Amino acid sequence: MIPASYFFFLSIILFVLGIIAFFIKRDLITQFMAVEIMLNAANLAFIALAKSHHFVDAQVIVFFIITVAAAEAAIGLAIILLIFRQKKSIKTEEISSMKG
Amino acid sequence: MSFPILSFVTFLPLLGAILLMFIPKDKKGALYTISLAVAFITFAVSLLLYFNFDAKTADPQFVEKGAWLGYGINYHLGIDGISLFLVLLTTFLMPIALLSSWSYIQERIKEYLIFMLVLETGIIGVFLALNLFLFYVFWEAMLIPMYFLIGVWGGKRRIYATFKFVLFTMLGSLLMLVAIFVLYSTYFKATGTYSLDLFDYYQMGLNPGLQIWLFLAFSLAFAIKVPMFPFHTWLPDAHVEAPTAGSVILAAVLLKMGAYGFLRFAIPLFPDAVTKFLPVLVILSLIGIIYGGLMALIQKDIKSLVAYSSVSHMGLVMLAVFSLNLEATEGAIYQMLNHGLSTGMLFLIVGILYERAHTRLIKDFGGVSKQMPVFSAFFLIAMLSSVGLPGLNGFIGEILCFFGIFSSSRLFAILAISTVILAAAYLLWMFQRVMQGPITNEKILSYRDINKREIGYLVPIVVMMFWMGIYPQTFLRKMDASVTQYINRIKSKEKVFVLQPKSPADKPVKAKETKPR
Amino acid sequence: MKDIFWLIPFVPALSTLILVLFGRKLPKKVVSWQACLSVFISFIIALISFFSLLKTPPESYPIVKNLFTWISAGSFSANLSFQFDPLSAVMALVVTGVGFLIHVYSVGYMAHDKSYTRYFTYLNLFTFAMLILVLASNMILMFVGWEGVGLCSYLLIGFWFEKHSAANAGKKAFIVNRIGDAGFILGILFIFLAVGSSEFTAVNQAVLGGLIARGGATLIAILLFIGATGKSAQLPLYIWLPDAMEGPTPVSALIHAATMVTAGVYMVARMNLLFTFSGTAGNIVALVGALTAIFAATMALTQNDIKRVLAYSTISQLGYMFIGCGVGAYAAGIFHLYTHAFFKSLLFLAAGSVMHALSGELDMRKMGGLRKYLPWTYPTFLIGAIAIAGVPFLSGFFSKDAILTQAYAQGQYFVWALGLMGAILTAFYMFRLIFLTFHGKERLEPEAKKHLHESPKVMTIPLAILAFFSIVAGYIGLPVVLGKKVNIFQNFLEPVIPPASEGHLSMGMEWTLILISVVVALLGIYIAYVFYLKRPGIPHSIVRRIPGVYKLLYNKYYVDEAYNAVIVNPLIKGSEIIYENFDLAVIDGALNGSASATGFFGRALSALQTGYVKDYVLVFLLGAVIIVGILLF
Repeated sequence: MIPASYFFFLSIILFVLGIIAFFIKRDLITQFMAVEIMLNAANLAFIALAKSHHFVDAQVIVFFIITVAAAEAAIGLAIILLIFRQKKSIKTEEISSMKG
Repeated sequence: MSFPILSFVTFLPLLGAILLMFIPKDKKGALYTISLAVAFITFAVSLLLYFNFDAKTADPQFVEKGAWLGYGINYHLGIDGISLFLVLLTTFLMPIALLSSWSYIQERIKEYLIFMLVLETGIIGVFLALNLFLFYVFWEAMLIPMYFLIGVWGGKRRIYATFKFVLFTMLGSLLMLVAIFVLYSTYFKATGTYSLDLFDYYQMGLNPGLQIWLFLAFSLAFAIKVPMFPFHTWLPDAHVEAPTAGSVILAAVLLKMGAYGFLRFAIPLFPDAVTKFLPVLVILSLIGIIYGGLMALIQKDIKSLVAYSSVSHMGLVMLAVFSLNLEATEGAIYQMLNHGLSTGMLFLIVGILYERAHTRLIKDFGGVSKQMPVFSAFFLIAMLSSVGLPGLNGFIGEILCFFGIFSSSRLFAILAISTVILAAAYLLWMFQRVMQGPITNEKILSYRDINKREIGYLVPIVVMMFWMGIYPQTFLRKMDASVTQYINRIKSKEKVFVLQPKSPADKPVKAKETKPR
Repeated sequence: MKDIFWLIPFVPALSTLILVLFGRKLPKKVVSWQACLSVFISFIIALISFFSLLKTPPESYPIVKNLFTWISAGSFSANLSFQFDPLSAVMALVVTGVGFLIHVYSVGYMAHDKSYTRYFTYLNLFTFAMLILVLASNMILMFVGWEGVGLCSYLLIGFWFEKHSAANAGKKAFIVNRIGDAGFILGILFIFLAVGSSEFTAVNQAVLGGLIARGGATLIAILLFIGATGKSAQLPLYIWLPDAMEGPTPVSALIHAATMVTAGVYMVARMNLLFTFSGTAGNIVALVGALTAIFAATMALTQNDIKRVLAYSTISQLGYMFIGCGVGAYAAGIFHLYTHAFFKSLLFLAAGSVMHALSGELDMRKMGGLRKYLPWTYPTFLIGAIAIAGVPFLSGFFSKDAILTQAYAQGQYFVWALGLMGAILTAFYMFRLIFLTFHGKERLEPEAKKHLHESPKVMTIPLAILAFFSIVAGYIGLPVVLGKKVNIFQNFLEPVIPPASEGHLSMGMEWTLILISVVVALLGIYIAYVFYLKRPGIPHSIVRRIPGVYKLLYNKYYVDEAYNAVIVNPLIKGSEIIYENFDLAVIDGALNGSASATGFFGRALSALQTGYVKDYVLVFLLGAVIIVGILLF
């Protein structure tokens, strides 16, 4: 039996990797993947929690997150696609039309 | 339960507006027919209110009450002697305003008519609502159509004017909302039940310290609407930019909502605070009378001249309201109706001129009477009514106001009476420059005199002016009971407003001193 | 038949209504017949009522006819009710009688005007309003008539509104009158508050019963008199009347000579108990009247416009009426009002006839020697002038003499002296007018001379009738010195106007005073004769010697200019300054300032919004870290 703390550490590592990836990468697709990694890091933490502490709620939340992530992926990719059509680029530095 | 006549009057225009949405927008005839029919039916039904109104009852009549959102937020409508004629004024002027738009509004006719009808619902709702929440909903709801009416169909600086109008009004009404919440929680703390019913609040004795803040919040909202000096500057801009019908409704009815608010809410709810602020309010009203008159004297645009004259006239109304006696209050209500008719008609007249000249600057006119004799007769009557000539409506209101003010304070009456002179000066001078003298601008030679449609909507106003001037009892009799109750309600809580020592004239002297001849 | 009198005003009212509604479709002839007939019917009703009044015992005066409650709110109430008593009767007869003649005259005078119907509509409306004024039984209703005549005056002065001067004059008349009206309304309010009613009978009872203190009475009386100075063109509000001559001449005759301008006198006489009780107010009335009488007379000396001379003369004569009222001789004041109505409207109508003959010429310097061309106008004009000058045996003599004698008898010597000086000036300027217009050598414009003609019968017959009355009207008010009974007029008015406390004048003194009046009148005429016929060089040499005085008089003491400089212009300039510096700068400035302040902060904060997703995430992350940190520690 692997102790729960291993899973938590792995989850933290994954999450931090996601953050780092989000900040050092410049194209939206990779950044989007980084966000997905962070989501799954959270999922992992929840599952570990459910397993070790027998929280059923945590499993429910995981399903919830997976659903949201699926929806988010669909909409996010669609948005990225549209941005690419408009700007011919998905570099984040070039997308700043929301500047106040 | 009997036929819900008040709801019918209130919401019929809204139903009409919904109906209009299904009419194709290029069918001008059908659109107008429907909206006019709706406005006329509303007017006809509101006449029933008049005929079935029991003049002896002071309390609201035709009351409709029902649960709505709970927690004291009820649907509660009722009409009494104070609101009766304001509702009638609204329903009476609405068909006229619509008729006047026929040739003035050339684009987006459908939306225009929809907004006008929605506006009517909002205004009538304000006058009928007896639940503070409901009142607030109507009060704000009426702002939206007005915003679009000025913003879409207005003149060149319409955006500026709408922003100014909305900013001013919102500033006041938000504070009023806060005050309503405070009232609500105070009532709950005191009684343990939720209520937003005006009559429940009338029973409540409020701590004078709290009253001050609540009164300030309420009266700011109303003072802006009246508008009282120094919150008046939105009015000339809004009037100048608004389309004719918008100006008519704005001047004739919307301004009355401010004065009505004082009569219905601010004064009876917070009598102690009223006593405290009375000097300030009275002085502001007085300044309004004289200041409005002086400003009207020098305006270059006819519409803003009439707008400033409204400031002056409403100043008199407010001064009468703050005199807090029976004669002045009836005078104030009467004067509100007069102002609605005379200023409404003046705006219609300016609109007629504008349709022909596409300018409203006084200097562009001169000698129009010669070209448009029938029009000039109507203009003259509207002007004289505004000046307060006996035989026409204005006089009755003015003399009652003066009498009431005079009973409260000699000095203020003397100052207020200057309006008699100023009103004559600015209106007659304007009339002279626009209508009389030689024709200076050759474009004037191409003006047509007013047509049957225009005569058609001016004549009812003229008839009402004469009626109200010659037989005012038709109207005063229905107000008596409610106004008496209103005065008693204030007086029972507080003795108010004896600012001046009595003059020697009404002190009886000993019989031996007087030796007649 | 006793109370049909309330119908008097409504006949012209009905005619007005018909003219307003259908006037544009009616032929000229119908319009003129209808307009004149309506006033004539009123006159007949007034006569009938007058005779039935004579049969009524004076104890039951006034006869009141209450139609309905007009306004009632709380303690304020006013009825639409009329009253008839000797004073109302005199006024109603004058208004309808003289009014009828002027209507008839107008048919000829206005025959070629394109706004013929409008003219008669206004004229009928005026008659209606004036009758309301004189028949009203309370002050509120009286005020209706008071304002109504003011309106008609405005409309009729500005009748030819295409002319700037006419439109201006109308506006000026209305606004100046309104200043007086403001005082009048205040007076009414004071009365109402003191008495609780504005019915004349109630007010009189209150005065007699001592309900009003003397100070209060003085205040009320002065406020009412302010109203009278506006309507009756007294100092300091007289300035509108000379300009009012821009209106058609019959209008000047009816409104600005015979009827409307006398409304102030009527009102003071109506409230005579109040004025007498106050005492001080009476003295003020007398003084203002006397000063106006002489002030206006001096201005009449130098005018060249025939109608303006008559206008100043009217102001001056109104001053005499107020002297009468002020010294307590109300009956004499009303008597002068009544005789003045005849001879002054005669003078105006005759002047109108002269204008008609000369195609509208008003300047006396372009007349002269008209006597032989105008065989009807000249004698009637002359009769009017003799009457107003105060030559014995014509109406003006009796009334003016009654006033001056009373002023002397009441010990108001200063007022009396001013009145006497006014009388000499009156005789002088009237005969200056006669000599310059009808005598001497012709100074006509050739164009005017070509069309020179006497007026039609419809104009000359009213002239003749008025001339007849100018001669005989005075014989119902003979001086008391001839016996107590002979002053029928005063005896008739006695139920309304108690006679002035008898001045203690001996017979000899009274005769002396009468003699002085006669001498003064004849002297004035003689001076005019010397100046303008015998040695026409004199006026010029006088002007050369005292050019300053002449200029001052010719420019009417610069009163209009002074009012403009002191009141009108500062008001307008001041308002403009306030408008720009307060309304636009301060109030709107505050609003626009708050709007732009909001905008400024918005822009400042919007710098945070870079548009880069990474920046947002960074902030988000930091926020999350901080929150977690707070939760943990």
